[in-house]
Amino acid sequence: MDLIWDGLRESIHIIRTGDYAIWEITLRSLLISGSAVVISLIIGIAVGAAIAFNEFRGRNLVFSLVNTGMGLPPVVVGLLVAIFLWRSGPLGHLRLIYTPAAMVVAQTIIATPIVTGFTAAALRHVDPRLRTQLYALGASRLQMLWIVLWETKLPLLAAVMAGFGGAISEIGASQMVGGNLAGDTRVLTTAVMLEVNRGNFAPAIALSVILLALIFVVSLVLTTVQQQERT
Amino acid sequence: MKGLFGLVALLLALVAALGLVACGGDNESKETATPQAAATGTPQAATTGTPQAATSTPIVRSGPKEIILATTTSTQDSGLLDVLVPEFEKDSGYNLKIIAVGSGQALAMGQRGDADVLLVHAPSSEKKLVDSSAAINRRLVMHNDFIILGPDKDPAGIKGMSSSVDALKKVFDTGSSFISRGDDSGTDKLEKSLWKKAELDPKGKSWYEESGQGMGATLQIANQRDAYIICDRATYLAQGAGLSLTLLVEGDPVLLNVYSVMQVNPDEFDLVNGPGGKAFADFMVSDKAQQMIDAFVDKKSGKPLFTPDAGKTYEEIGMKTPFG
Repeated sequence: MDLIWDGLRESIHIIRTGDYAIWEITLRSLLISGSAVVISLIIGIAVGAAIAFNEFRGRNLVFSLVNTGMGLPPVVVGLLVAIFLWRSGPLGHLRLIYTPAAMVVAQTIIATPIVTGFTAAALRHVDPRLRTQLYALGASRLQMLWIVLWETKLPLLAAVMAGFGGAISEIGASQMVGGNLAGDTRVLTTAVMLEVNRGNFAPAIALSVILLALIFVVSLVLTTVQQQERT
Repeated sequence: MKGLFGLVALLLALVAALGLVACGGDNESKETATPQAAATGTPQAATTGTPQAATSTPIVRSGPKEIILATTTSTQDSGLLDVLVPEFEKDSGYNLKIIAVGSGQALAMGQRGDADVLLVHAPSSEKKLVDSSAAINRRLVMHNDFIILGPDKDPAGIKGMSSSVDALKKVFDTGSSFISRGDDSGTDKLEKSLWKKAELDPKGKSWYEESGQGMGATLQIANQRDAYIICDRATYLAQGAGLSLTLLVEGDPVLLNVYSVMQVNPDEFDLVNGPGGKAFADFMVSDKAQQMIDAFVDKKSGKPLFTPDAGKTYEEIGMKTPFG
């Protein structure tokens, strides 16, 4: 129990002083996972809409694949990306391994199926007559998509939350393709692991508290938006 | 409604910010990856030696600016690299990327050309890598030692024994709980070699477990389980205060833990940063780095963690059969 209380007390001190570069690490986590989510939103909404609106053979198979992708183990994604980006791999000459860009790639791969799945599920529940009506009013495909998305923005916010939560809390891929480099690719999750391995539990607890607070704040903002929309 | 727009604006700002960061990084990596740099810079500097040599040729000042160092968890977990690396980066202008894995994985990275320079502690495997010409110019950097830790009660009764092999025999005979790294790291290789010397095979025994993790994490497990463990002294001291395990066996010459630095052979792999790897290897055996290693103490215990060894041989350190 001492460990918990002392750890918490000391972690408050660390959060106050900003030791162990915790704010820099937090900002980097936000930037990397934020970018991954934005990219996965672009891909996920496009793919999700394509699956939801089009009738084609094997649609159920695609749906199942996307749903499987929602549970992609981050460490498997990490290994895959690493194999491609290692110098001995096919994309080694790009020298992307152990950079923030590589982490964005890996986290995008993790978040995209999540966003796609949520989007497809949300759009499938849109009344098909709305789309027919919009076309009848002379809307282009893109305008139609925009309006339908606007109608389904609440479930889409859930997609953002789930994607962001998945990206910022994964560790396997970040460790493998980022390398946990101080001042470069060290993010909240990998920093927690490092401090634990060093036997420094207080900063590990401080970083965990920040990670939780971050996810909470993002959820809070998005939920507040959702609530405002309802009223 | 307003909230949503605010959120979108925030996300866009994030993308823009990262775009800038990413573009910066991209330009840099493109610049460093130019064929001239790889083709002319590497062999040139590999033969002539120092980075300054590259400046005298008109084409290449740069060469790749980043160096990938594959090393063991103990050098990072002890905090030693946090002290050395900023000095090296300041002096040389290189950007050093430290990938802290087990020595086994670090050596595998060298084998595949996925790193530029290696700082590891697994003499017999190092020798194999050098013999295969994947790595060159191996030099001793420093040493500390391994120790055998165990629960206070010491059910195997090994406290104070001078032979680590005999101590392991007693652990085996009493079937006392033992945690192994099991990750093919330098420490793991040493442990396996001790069992081999004892002519015992603990694998599959109920009291013998493999963690598959780094030294720090494995030490935590042994501590929670009241198990015996072989650990390097640096990691032990770094975690010492929080541990209930006791130091039971030390001082056996076979327990010496010797770290070497070696360059990945740039002639074998196109993408390896030859001059960069050499610069870091040279730095590690330089007087400056050696003095810093000598002066480096554990933050918590205030005890020295490593003894500098540049220019020495295994025999001079006291290790009789480094490759045994």
